[in-house]
This record gives sequence, C-alpha cells and structure tokens, in this order.
Amino acid sequence: MAGDKPKLKLAVYWAAACGGCCVSVLDVHEKLFDVVSAADLVFWPIALDTKYEDVENMPDKYIDLTLFNGAVRNSENEHMARLLRKKSKTLVAYGSCAHMGGIPGLANFSTREEILRRVFEETESVVNTDKIRPVPEYTAKEGVLEIPEFYNDVRSLSLVVDVDYYIPGCPPQTERLLEVFTAIVTGAELPPKGSVVGADNKTQCEECTRKKSENKKIKKFYRPWEIKDDGETCFLEQGVICMGPATRAGCGHRCIKGNAPCRGCYGPPSGAIDPGAKMMSAIAGIIDEKEPEEISRVIEDIADPGGYFYRFSLPVSLIRRKVQ
Amino acid sequence: MDGLEFKPRIVAFLCNWCSYTGADLAGTSRIEYKANVRAIRLMCSGRIEPTLVLKAFSKGADGVLLCGCHPGDCHYQEGNYRCLRRYLLLQKYIKQIGIEPERLKLEWISASEGKQFADLVNSFTETIIELGPSKTKQTITVFK
Repeated sequence: MAGDKPKLKLAVYWAAACGGCCVSVLDVHEKLFDVVSAADLVFWPIALDTKYEDVENMPDKYIDLTLFNGAVRNSENEHMARLLRKKSKTLVAYGSCAHMGGIPGLANFSTREEILRRVFEETESVVNTDKIRPVPEYTAKEGVLEIPEFYNDVRSLSLVVDVDYYIPGCPPQTERLLEVFTAIVTGAELPPKGSVVGADNKTQCEECTRKKSENKKIKKFYRPWEIKDDGETCFLEQGVICMGPATRAGCGHRCIKGNAPCRGCYGPPSGAIDPGAKMMSAIAGIIDEKEPEEISRVIEDIADPGGYFYRFSLPVSLIRRKVQ
Repeated sequence: MDGLEFKPRIVAFLCNWCSYTGADLAGTSRIEYKANVRAIRLMCSGRIEPTLVLKAFSKGADGVLLCGCHPGDCHYQEGNYRCLRRYLLLQKYIKQIGIEPERLKLEWISASEGKQFADLVNSFTETIIELGPSKTKQTITVFK
C-alpha cells in the first residue's frame, strides 16, 4: 500500500473534552496499523509529542482530516478550533461535545460568574479568604503569565467554525469511526457537507430489541435504580425515562444492551431541531393522567428535565443557555 | 421596542375548532382587545409541540399563549390533554432555563367564548408588560 499514493495527514485534537473520544480512537486496537499505513498522524496531543506551534507552522489545508473532539469552553479551545479549521481540508466534529456541546455544555445552566464563585470560593474543600480568582494575564517578576480566558458560554464546534461532518457519540463507536475512515481512505463518495456520519437516520426505538407495545401509559416515573428492570420490556413502558424516541440510532444501542436506558449521546435524528423538546413531547404523550394535579404529580418524578433531556445538547438547543 | 413604551410580542397558538373560532367571534362581535397577540392557527392544541413554543421564545416572543378546546371537548378526543401535559412539562423546563413561567400560559377557549378570549388577551398582555421584555433572544444573540 505504501508508495501507491500519498498518505493522508490525520490530526486528532481535544478541546473541552474528557479524553474519552481520543481513547475511542485508540480503541481501534490492532487496526491502528491499518490506520497508520494509510495515514500519517501529524498532530494528536494524547499520543504524540506535537506542539501547537507545529500546527501553526503547517501550510493552510495541510491536514487532510481533523477529528476535533470536545466543546469550546475557553479561548484556547477557540484558538485551536480556528487554527485547525484553517489547516484542515476536512474538519470533523467528533463526539457529542464537538457535535452538540456535550456534558460540558450543561454548564450553560450556570453563568461564568456562578461557576468561578462556586469553584474558587464556595466549594467545601476550598479556603480562599482573599477570594483570589484566576486571571487571563498576570504580571510576575519573571514576566507576563497567561492562561486561557474562561468563557461564559460553552459552544459546540459548529457554533465557532465551519464544520464538514459530524460523528456523534459519547464517545463515538470505534467501528463507526473505522467505517468513516475507510470511506475517506478508499475515496468512496462522501455524503453532503454538514451530514452526520457514522450513524443512522432512524431513532433508537426503531432499532431497539426490547419488547414494545403501542400502548405506553405511565402513571409514575422511576429512576433506573428504583425498579427491578425485567431486562426485556421497553424502558419507557416500565416508567424509566429513556431518550430513545429522540435519539439517533447507530451506536448499536449498547446502553440498552447493558440494561441502562438511552441517554441521548447520538443527538437528535435528522429533522429534529431541538432534542429536548422532542423528548418532552414524547414524554407528555405517554403520561396517563388528565387532571392538572395528577399530571404535575407524575412530572414531579422528573427531577431535572433540563439536565435529562438536554444532557448532551444544551448549547445547540433552541434556548442554548440559561437566560440572563 | 418602539420608543419608551414596551409593546410585548405575544404568540398565540390557537386550535382550529374552538379557540381560533372563539378569537374569530371576538372579532365579529367587535370586541376590542390588545393588538399584541399574533395568532397562529393549528388544527389542534395537540399539535403544539414544545419545539414551537421554544422557537417562539428564541425568536423574541415576550409571551406565548396556548389555547385549545375545553377538556372533554377536543375535536380529536384527546389532543388538548396532550397539550396540557406538554405545557406542564414545559413550565418546569423554562423555569430551569431562566424564562419566567408566567410568560407561558394555557387557557381553554371554546368557540362561543369570544369575550373570554378578549379578556384573556388583555390580562395576559398586562402580565407580560409587568414582567418586561423577555431576555431570551438577547441571551442567544450575545452567546459567546
């Protein structure tokens, strides 16, 4: 294979991420040899000793494919998003955080000020009588020290730069990444720009193997630990909130197979603007009560609708963040 | 906002069979009511998806009014109950996201209740004027 055609230049970067996406790339295991025989990894902070400067010195459009994971939470993330956009032919938002804001996006329920106050002043384990806060620039004897600026809002990658493709998941399933990677390497026809790749267009429910009836009627919602799951009936029919109706299929429903309800990391199916709203619609459809007080009692069991229905998608939802 | 006076923008989703007809009756009966409401006719209040409500807020609505047939009177049997459940769930969510729950209101208006519709629009407009302009659109605009 070597020498036939120039190898692809591949970059993987993490912004506001947990590292799980990078690990999902490493999870190709022995297939990594196929990957490196087809592509040169030019930048990958988790695995290679490359510096930001190396990327800055690359000519524009030098990288063929960049898998960008993580949300944009601070000025460093934003700088790298813009830089990698400039240096890459194809920029892929890889994983829920880059795709929709992900778990870090839940911070949009708070403001910058609330987060900094909590972390640097109020946390039980913190003693900070002078109320010292980090500042982006600090002049010390030795010179000026800089740290990235912490933004008020968490953004998904596409809210910052132009994105070519999205590979959803928290983390994306490695098999699906290999499919996409193989398609690029073999020069297969790629879907139109802006597509979600490495996933299906259907909802989770359509692929789910659990037993479902058309007659979903719920009088009480349970947290997963409050019931004894029978292992085969639809979670919603057992009263456990499962994000299946508002989530794109393609992950192989691993959570469901592991007897845990879907959490919605693959994002909404195509056509749904706001995943949480879609889920609220579905939930309201199955509550089997007609009196306002009774309905409110059932809803009472959903302790945190915002956090549950927008677990991975708050920054790309219609309201995007807490109104202030 | 024009000048100093705050003129709220209110989006009203009205079901075809009862509430829109009720609003129509208010008009044909020449009942005057505040002109802040932009009525959107839907076949049933059961069609009012949370997405529509949230989109209205995100595009700058200061208040959203949902109207359907009285319980038991839905042209499609149960659409209004569906609306009621969505409304109660939405109330909980918009509170969490920082939109005052008073900005979203659900009322049942029958086809014969033109007067009630006019009163509802007037009182809801007053509520929104007291609350002031919604900050939702602005929050999304300055998003960074």
